[in-house]
Amino acid sequence: MHLELATQDGHRKDVGKDTRSPLEIRGLTVSYGEKPALFSVDATFEPGAMTAIIGPNGAGKSTLLKAALGIVKPVSGRIRSYGKSLSAQRHRIAYVPQRASVDWDFPTRVLDVVLMGLYRQLGLLGRVRPKHLEIAMSCLARVGMEGFADRQIGQLSGGQQQRVFLARALAQGADLYLLDEPFAGVDAATEKAIIAVLKALKEQGKTVIAVHHDLATVPDYFDRVFIINTSRVAEGPVAEAFVPEYLQEAYGGRLATAQMGAAG
Amino acid sequence: MLWQALTLQLGYNATLVTIGAALLGIAAGATGTFLFLGKRALVSDAISHATLPGVGLAFMTMVALGGDGRSLPGLLLGSAVSAAVGLLCVSWLTRRTRLAEDAAIGAVLSVFFGFGIVLLTIVQSMTAGRQAGLESFLLGSTAGMLWNDAVVIAIGGAAVLALVLVLRRPMSMVAFDPEFAAGSGMNVRQIELAMMGLALAITVVGLKIVGLILIVALLIIPAVAARFWTNRVGHVVLIAGAMGGLAGYTGAAISATAPALPTGPIIVLVAFVLFVLSLFAAPGRGVLAAVVRHLKFQRRVHLRQGLLALAQGQPIYERLTLRLMRRAGYVRPDGVATDEGRGQASKALLDERRWQLLRSDPDYETAAARYDGLTPLERVLTTDQITELDRNLGPEAVT
Repeated sequence: MHLELATQDGHRKDVGKDTRSPLEIRGLTVSYGEKPALFSVDATFEPGAMTAIIGPNGAGKSTLLKAALGIVKPVSGRIRSYGKSLSAQRHRIAYVPQRASVDWDFPTRVLDVVLMGLYRQLGLLGRVRPKHLEIAMSCLARVGMEGFADRQIGQLSGGQQQRVFLARALAQGADLYLLDEPFAGVDAATEKAIIAVLKALKEQGKTVIAVHHDLATVPDYFDRVFIINTSRVAEGPVAEAFVPEYLQEAYGGRLATAQMGAAG
Repeated sequence: MLWQALTLQLGYNATLVTIGAALLGIAAGATGTFLFLGKRALVSDAISHATLPGVGLAFMTMVALGGDGRSLPGLLLGSAVSAAVGLLCVSWLTRRTRLAEDAAIGAVLSVFFGFGIVLLTIVQSMTAGRQAGLESFLLGSTAGMLWNDAVVIAIGGAAVLALVLVLRRPMSMVAFDPEFAAGSGMNVRQIELAMMGLALAITVVGLKIVGLILIVALLIIPAVAARFWTNRVGHVVLIAGAMGGLAGYTGAAISATAPALPTGPIIVLVAFVLFVLSLFAAPGRGVLAAVVRHLKFQRRVHLRQGLLALAQGQPIYERLTLRLMRRAGYVRPDGVATDEGRGQASKALLDERRWQLLRSDPDYETAAARYDGLTPLERVLTTDQITELDRNLGPEAVT
């Protein structure tokens, strides 16, 4: 898989060896209207790590991802990826948006959705060739959805939809994966399948950053956390940053004691 | 007469109009698909109404410059410019103010249209430039269509169609998942503007035949009708193009058979007929298919409930259930169960018990998600898995 991804992307040969930060954010402020959703956020994400972005509702977690991808325009701030500008590294970044953000009655098949991940390779007029279909099918197989390639996307369950979105991101053949609440509203089997795929990506030296809601699973799934509440609260390995002190600071009184227990 | 019209034997003008309308219909159907799928259908209504001031201003300018005020390319250019201004107004209002898109559309549509009517009224009172006929842009007028007009429509339609082909991938990506498209580096705003720009081009090209008020129908109805027949974007585009072309061709032919039949409205009515046919007759998404599916489902539910009642020795009260059971040969006319009925009943009961067991077992979570009270377990699990499951069922239930 490692080799295949390297050849998919002809731009470089040093997969997994890049020690520069895959995502470096400096002084990022994003505002919807007058109220800032993010205020002067600094973040340096570690290469080859799995990082959870956590924080209370409305803390700007999704906005952070969207700003990192250039989907929302910041008021101020700078985004760098592997030492270069975002537009120069776009081909190395894959994105899994929230499932609720699209119209699932759209007339398209599972396979076509995954092929959207290959858009950069296909270009405007390029034909879909057997090698593209092969890549798409292998990505579907990695999330256990190869039997669903011909299904209309509206026929899928929530968990299956999420896995298709992940397969589309895999097809992008990136080094950095940004996921917006990949476990929201999915069944237990899907959660297991997704975490297995993400851990496999990490094994290959890829970087995974996910907005995450379920504090109880943070230590099992991730090795680093980035805690945010409009501005940065803490960042670091789970053992150091995922501690009651910082969680209390981010969540205030809203944090249930049971969840605090999980943070141990 | 209609046959002659359909085989293009009603003379030069009728033939030109019919072919022109067919080409316009194909291009409009294919273009409109992306507006419809991107939930921007009504933007095209704002665009089309915003053409009117351009028509009036273009006429005045051409007359002021001493030319023929009714030159079609000049009028179309003017309408395109003012429609583009209208489109940018809608886009700006939606992005930069708190107005939602529907309100922005309503505002732009009415203001531009009102301004256009004022200009047209002024033009009517002008003495110079043989102004008669400008109002025909409202509903289209094919009576005096010339070879050059047909060429403008053909070239414009073909160019739009080619651009739709080139932009089909980014346009469907933006329509389906704008966030992902933006995240992979696409300029979503530019692609949306391009999509609406193509609708603008169709509107301008179609002014002569269909007119600005009804062009939205030709953009949207074929796509909506085509959606009933398929679940793939590419096929929706093809079917919408075919339906638009068919509506244009047939509508123009029908209107050529009598002087009292206006071309644009007849084309729209033909498109509407295609829509109604699709709405009812399409397999899968059509209304009839849905009704049939529901009835079949209802019958299966009744039969299953009847069998379960039989197996547990409960009386069956519902008439439909009884009738279905009799027809299937599970009970005799006097209501007593037949041998086959008893066999099927105990099978149904066992199946139901297995399902209940499976649904309470977290190991079978994925399989349990397929429970609908009807599907036999054999279709979900292998024989080995069922044997395994039966071990927990207890001997008394299996017998």
